[in-house]
Amino acid sequence: MTARTVRLHVNGVSHTLTVEPRRTLADALREDLGLTGTHVGCEHGVCGACTVLWDGEPVRSCLLFAIQMDGASLTTVEGLADGERLHPIQEAFWATHGLQCGFCTPGILLTAKALLDQNPRPTETEIREAIGGNLCRCTGYHFIVEAIAVASRTRTSS
Amino acid sequence: MKPAPFEYFDPRTVDEAIILLESHGDEAKVLAGGQSLVPMLALRLARPSVVIDVNRVTGLDGVRQNGTALSVGALVRQQTLERWAAERAPLLTTALRHVGHAPIRTRGTVAGSVVHADPASELPALLLCLDGAVVARSRRGTRTIAAGEFFQGPLMTALAPDELVTETRWTLPPPHAGWGFHEMARRQGDFALVGVSAVLSVARGRVVDARIAVFGAASTPLRARDAERALTGHAASEATLAEAARLATAGLEAVSDIHAPAAYRASVTRTLTARALTDAAARAKDAA
Repeated sequence: MTARTVRLHVNGVSHTLTVEPRRTLADALREDLGLTGTHVGCEHGVCGACTVLWDGEPVRSCLLFAIQMDGASLTTVEGLADGERLHPIQEAFWATHGLQCGFCTPGILLTAKALLDQNPRPTETEIREAIGGNLCRCTGYHFIVEAIAVASRTRTSS
Repeated sequence: MKPAPFEYFDPRTVDEAIILLESHGDEAKVLAGGQSLVPMLALRLARPSVVIDVNRVTGLDGVRQNGTALSVGALVRQQTLERWAAERAPLLTTALRHVGHAPIRTRGTVAGSVVHADPASELPALLLCLDGAVVARSRRGTRTIAAGEFFQGPLMTALAPDELVTETRWTLPPPHAGWGFHEMARRQGDFALVGVSAVLSVARGRVVDARIAVFGAASTPLRARDAERALTGHAASEATLAEAARLATAGLEAVSDIHAPAAYRASVTRTLTARALTDAAARAKDAA
C-alpha cells in the first residue's frame, strides 16, 4: 500500500513523516514522533484515552488516519505544560487527586481544556457531559469532576 | 486492533469521487467522519481494499435553509449542525446531543450517521420523522431517496455501491409546531435501547399533523403511522396521547439482544412515545 508523506504541526512544532494509509494518528504520534503521552486504550473510539485537540476541538486520534492529517495543527498532552510549569488544569488534577494510574488522564486533560476554552465556568452537569466519553477505571469520576471545577475557578481568577 | 491494509484515495471533487467509486464499487468504502467506519475497520468487521476519503472534496460542507426546507451537505459535522440548530431548531440540537460524545460529534458527519443506518442511532430516525431524503450521485446521475425508502435493515440502505451521498434534506417543523425527543440508553452517549422523536402541529384545538419516529426498537427506524392517524383530527388530550402511545407498539416487531428483550423494548417504546407526545403537545402553539 502506497505510503505518503504528511506534515503535522504538533504542539507548535512541525514534523514531516511518511505513513502507510492504515497508520492511525494515535500510532503516528506515539511511534513515529515519540509522543507517548497520547494513550491508546480500546483503539475503536470508545474509551477516550487517545483524545487530542485538532484546531482546539477534541478528537479521537485512534479514529483518524495520519495520512488524512496533512497540514493539521494538533495539541497533545505534551503541549500543556510550559517547561517545568504545569498547566492550571494539570495543577488542579494534582491538587484534587484527579488521577491514580494516569492512563485516562491525557485524554481527560485535553477534553477538559477544550471544554474550559469554550465554556470557562461550566456547571457540574456540563463537566460530566463533556467527559462522558472518557472512561476512567480507577480514580472514580468524582475527583476528576472536582479537578475540572477547580481548574475553571483558577483560570477565571488568574 | 489495527485496520487491515488498504489503498487510499482522497479525491478533491464529487466527480473524481464517483469515478473512483464506480471503478472500485464493492471493494471500496467511503470515509467521511470515520466515527463508525474506522471502528469497524479496527475490529475488522469491514475490510475494504480501497478507502475513498471524501473529507477534501469541496462543496459538500454547506447548511442551507429555505423556509422549512433544510439542506445539509454530506461533510457537515454533527457538531456544526448542533451549533447551527441551537437557536433555530431545538429538536435537531436535542437529538444531536444524544449522538455519541462531543469528540465524536467534532468529526462525525450528519450524512455519515444516516448512511451507516444503525437502527439504534438518532439521525436516521430524525430524518424519517422530518420527512427527509438522501441525495445520491453516481456516474449514472443524481437521485433523491426518501427517508421512508432509504432504511432497509440494520446497516442496510437503498444506496447502490457506486453512489455517493452529497446531501441530506430535512423538513424542519414549522415554528408553531411542538416537539418531543426522548431516549433510553444504558449510559449517556451510548446507542439507544429505544428512542422516540415526535412533532405535533395543532390548529383550532386539533392536531393537524403528527410525526412520530421510533428508533432502537426494531431493525430499522420506523414511523408510528397508526399512532399518527389516531392523533390527527383530534384534540391532544391526555387520553388521545395515551392511546397513540399504545398504538406506537401495534405491529412493532421489537428486537431482542443482550441489552433488552423485545417485550421490554416495546414497553419502553410506549412510555417514551407518551413522554415525547406530551412534550410536543405542551410546546405546540395553536395556529388558529
